[in-house]
Amino acid sequence: MNGLEVEIVGLRLRNPTILASGIFDETGRSMLEVAKAGAGAIVTKSVSMQERQGYPNPCVAEVECGLLNAMGLPNPGIAAYADEIAMGRQGGVPVIGSAVGSNEDEIAEVAASLCSAGVDAVELNLSCPHADGHGMEMGSTPEIVRNVCDIVSARIDKPVLAKLTPNTTSIASLAEAAEEGGADGVVAINTLKGMTICPELRAPVLSNRVGGLSGPAIRSVGVRSVFEIFEAVEIPIIGVGGVSTARDALEYFMAGARAVQIGTAVRSQGTAVFSEVCWGLTKFMSDNGYESISDIVGVAHDDRA
Amino acid sequence: MTELRVFTIADQIDEAKACRTVRFRGSLHADPGQFVMVWLPREDEFPMSVSYVGEGFGLTYKIVGEGTRSLSTMNPGEKVGIRGPYGRGFEVQGRRMLAIAGGVGMAVIAPLVDLAMEERADVDLVLGAKTESELIMKERCEMAGANVHISTDDGSSGTKGLATDIARRLLQTAEYDCVCACGPEKMIVSAFRLSEEHGLPFQASLERYIKCGIGICDSCAIDGRHVCSEGPVFSGDVLASLEDLGRRRLSPSGRIVSLD
Repeated sequence: MNGLEVEIVGLRLRNPTILASGIFDETGRSMLEVAKAGAGAIVTKSVSMQERQGYPNPCVAEVECGLLNAMGLPNPGIAAYADEIAMGRQGGVPVIGSAVGSNEDEIAEVAASLCSAGVDAVELNLSCPHADGHGMEMGSTPEIVRNVCDIVSARIDKPVLAKLTPNTTSIASLAEAAEEGGADGVVAINTLKGMTICPELRAPVLSNRVGGLSGPAIRSVGVRSVFEIFEAVEIPIIGVGGVSTARDALEYFMAGARAVQIGTAVRSQGTAVFSEVCWGLTKFMSDNGYESISDIVGVAHDDRA
Repeated sequence: MTELRVFTIADQIDEAKACRTVRFRGSLHADPGQFVMVWLPREDEFPMSVSYVGEGFGLTYKIVGEGTRSLSTMNPGEKVGIRGPYGRGFEVQGRRMLAIAGGVGMAVIAPLVDLAMEERADVDLVLGAKTESELIMKERCEMAGANVHISTDDGSSGTKGLATDIARRLLQTAEYDCVCACGPEKMIVSAFRLSEEHGLPFQASLERYIKCGIGICDSCAIDGRHVCSEGPVFSGDVLASLEDLGRRRLSPSGRIVSLD
C-alpha cells in the first residue's frame, strides 16, 4: 500500500493533497490538468444557484507573502457548471463540490444539485470574506453553521464538509457547531479578511476594497486553527492556508489535519506543487519511520506525542 | 511576486480611429506579446499588450469599453497602476520570419519586428485591417526594416482581401523559418493552417477574458491552458491541441460561449 493514501469522510485519496476551491477549477479541463499533475482530490469553484459575474477587476493583489483576492464568487450557476463537473470527474480522483448560497435552503439546493452532477462530497463555503451575503455571513456564528449543516446533511447522502472562517473569535466553536449539525468533516481555514491600499493613487487596490488573504502569510493562523479544532471535535479536519511544501503540510498534519488543500502555491509553483509536496512527504515518512499519514495526524498534541 | 507599480503618463497619441497609444515615464521590460494589467483606481483594471518596450514604454489599445475610454481621456502627468509584465511572449525562430497582424494585433507584432531586427532576422510583415484608417504602425515597421504588405477588406489601401490571402501567396514564393500571428482568432486559425501546410513553426497570441493575470483563477482557460500565464503566445503544437480555438471562450462568470 502507498503510504500517502488517506481516507477521509469515506473518500479514498491516493495522497493527502487536495486542490483548494477557487484555483484552476472554473473549467473541467483545468481540473483534469490538476488531477494529471498529481492532486489527491479536487474541490470545485464555489457554485451558486444563479450565474454570478463576480466583481470587476482588480480582483487580485499580490502582497508580501500572500495574495489578496476578491473574485466575488464568479460562476455560471449550477446548471451550466454540471458539465464541468462531469469532465473534472474523468481525472480519476474524487471531486468535491463547493456550494455557496445566501441562505441555508439555497445552499442545500446547490448541494443537492452538485450531488446530481456527480460530486463525491460537498464542501459548504461558509467563509468567503468578500461576497455580499454569500460567504462569511453564512458561517459567522455557531448557530448559523449548525443550522446550515443540519439542513444540508438531511438533504443529501454524500459527505458534507464545512469550510470555516478564521475571521472569528473562536473557530473551534464553529467546528463544534458543524459537528453538532451533522457535518462529516471540517475544512479550515478560508482566507483572512484584508485590504491593501496604493499610497500613490490613494485608493484600495481591489475593486471590492476588501478581499481574502491567502498564501504563506496565513499559514500560522491555519495551523493554530486546526490545532484548536482538533481538540474540540471528533470529525476529521482538512487543513488549508499557505501550504506550498511538504514541511507546511506536515505542520497541518501534526496539528490534526488528515489532508491539506493547496491553492495559492499554484501561482508560484504551478500544478507541480502537488507532486512536490507528496515527494517531500514520502521522504519525511521514510526518514522518520512513519508508515502512513494517519500516524502523523495530531502528534503535536501533548497526549499524542 | 510582481508588485503593483505606479507610472506617470508621458504622452498619448491617436494611432487610428478609436485606437490610441499611451507612453509612460520610466522603463518596463517585456518580451513582445507579454501584457500588463493596467489599473485606473476606482474604475477598472484590464490587460494590455506592451507595444513599446524599455524606457518610455507604451501600450496601444482600442477604445472598447468604459475603462479604455477613461484611459483615452487621461492627460500627461496623470498616474495609473501597472502590474506585470505577465505571460509568455513571442520568440524569433531562425532568420526569416513571416509575421501576420490583423487590426490592433499590430500593437503586439510591432515590438516583435523590432526584436527580429535586433536579432538580424528578415521579416515579411502582412498587415491587414478593415480599412485604410485602421492600419497602425505601418511606418514604424517599414523604418525598422520589415517588408510590409498591406491588405484591407475594402481595398482602400494595399490589396483588397484578407491578410492571410497575402500570406498564402508569400508562402508559395519565399522561404521562411517561422510564422507569427496576432489578430482576430479566425485569422489566427487560417494562418495556423497555412503554416501547417508549409510545415513551419507557428506562434500566435490569443485573447481571453483575463481576471487575475497570474494563472490561478481559470477565467482565461482554453482547454485547460491559461492564456494569462501559459500564453498569451502559444506555439503551434499547443494550438493544435485546443478544441476551443476559434470556437469558444469563457464569459466573465465562466459560462462557455461562442467566440463570435
